[in-house]
Amino acid sequence: MRDAEPPPEAPPLVVERLSHAFGARQALSDVSLSVGQGDFTVLLGLNGAGKTTLFALITRLYHSRNGAIRVFGHDLQKNAQAALRRMGVVFQQATLDLDLTIEQNLFYHAALHGMPRGEAIARIGEELARVGLAARRRERVRLLSGGQRRRVELARALIHNPSLLLLDEPTVGLDMASRQFLLEHVRALCHSRGLGVLWATHLIDEAAPDSRIVILHQGRVVASGPHEGILAEAGEPTLKAAFDRLIADGAAATGGEPS
Amino acid sequence: MTALQYARCLAGIVRREALRWLNQRGRFVSALVRPLVWLAIFAAGFHFVLGVSIIPPYETYIPYEVYIAPGLLAMIQLFNGMQSSLSMVYDREMGSMKTLMISPFPRWFLLVAKLLAGVAVSVVQAYIFMAIAWFWDIEPPLSGYLAVLPALILAGLMLGALGLVLSSFIRQLENFAGVMNFVIFPMFFTSSALYPLWRVEEASPVIYWLSEINPFTHATELIRFALYDRFNVLSALVVTVYLVVFVALAVWGYDPGRGLMARRAGAE
Repeated sequence: MRDAEPPPEAPPLVVERLSHAFGARQALSDVSLSVGQGDFTVLLGLNGAGKTTLFALITRLYHSRNGAIRVFGHDLQKNAQAALRRMGVVFQQATLDLDLTIEQNLFYHAALHGMPRGEAIARIGEELARVGLAARRRERVRLLSGGQRRRVELARALIHNPSLLLLDEPTVGLDMASRQFLLEHVRALCHSRGLGVLWATHLIDEAAPDSRIVILHQGRVVASGPHEGILAEAGEPTLKAAFDRLIADGAAATGGEPS
Repeated sequence: MTALQYARCLAGIVRREALRWLNQRGRFVSALVRPLVWLAIFAAGFHFVLGVSIIPPYETYIPYEVYIAPGLLAMIQLFNGMQSSLSMVYDREMGSMKTLMISPFPRWFLLVAKLLAGVAVSVVQAYIFMAIAWFWDIEPPLSGYLAVLPALILAGLMLGALGLVLSSFIRQLENFAGVMNFVIFPMFFTSSALYPLWRVEEASPVIYWLSEINPFTHATELIRFALYDRFNVLSALVVTVYLVVFVALAVWGYDPGRGLMARRAGAE
């Protein structure tokens, strides 16, 4: 895509002063955050904090007139195609076709990125091997467990070699082992491929000490920064305590309105 | 994006639709059984009640079964159009809509590709129905089977586009029963599918005019004429105009700034 070339060092994701309302309900207010190359950024928030709305805006399922989103310097409103091409997404809800095989699901995704068949076969093989499902590629998704389906969705999100990976509550409903696998796998990708990752969750223990953290509460960013920075800002010894304090303060600051 | 990449994307979307159709036995079977029930039971019942006089494109008196066959072909396409488009808005399928929409291709292209995929499936269904209907003595000329192909494609596109429009604008029609009651049945009954419009005119001028502007009437007539090697210019024009309008509305409705995705999220 030859638009006004963005600077080569532009970060994977920049969200600037983004607001969004559904009718009278303000879902996001003045949200700013960024994800750098190789950053594992945890978007932490309770259910209803606005995480899914933020994801929908970043993936351009709909857009907002207030604020800006840039992916590797490409403005999402002006050049959505260039932005979407470099983005891999795992949505909160399951999005695989249950009656199709793993491979058929992944071929569909490769086609949605205009990939030639030969390349798609190779990439599918690689990504499935990485999540340990290569031998089951001809099986229907319906036969897989929840954890396996999530792994297929992760493999799918990576087929087109994105440099920014977005995951919206990817571990919801998974058992401990699957959760651990997914977390470690994505963290490893972050390091080995320099992938920028935005990982939304309400589970505090998914934020490791080396993660960057953005705390979202009632549609506002109440804190963001490296793990230890958040602890220092809240003056608490653990992230759990820091989170509770920050959202209590945030609620007090905004009048504590329930969303 | 190059033309080749567009072609790959389109092929992938059509392939998925075809695989889903083949794998969902229930959908496959009901799509075929529905029109056959009409043909085998409804038409048999009315066989001696309704005689159809000689009207174009027919050159002889025809039994009632023969008269309603084209309307049933259009019905296959109507159901299919509603199903493949509206299924996207049902909650369990919202996910697949999201996967489609985050493809880096332009949204209008993705919607048109989705539409073409639905049409491909409905055309195959229509041919299977015609093969079975042959045993009910519905035997159009052999050349008619070929001539009807473009008619089926055009009519299928128009009805599929209507489904896309409904899926983007109407939130209340979230179950198929609602679609049956408020879209499929009114369109089907207020059309030339089950009775020639000149007979309707004698009974009620209002219903006659409603039928005349009903896109489904023209889809049916386009198919009916094509099946007997005739080209119905008026119907082809009307279907084309409706197609253009519906596609424009669907692209507008799926614009990220308005329409389906944002309103649905707001309702959550």
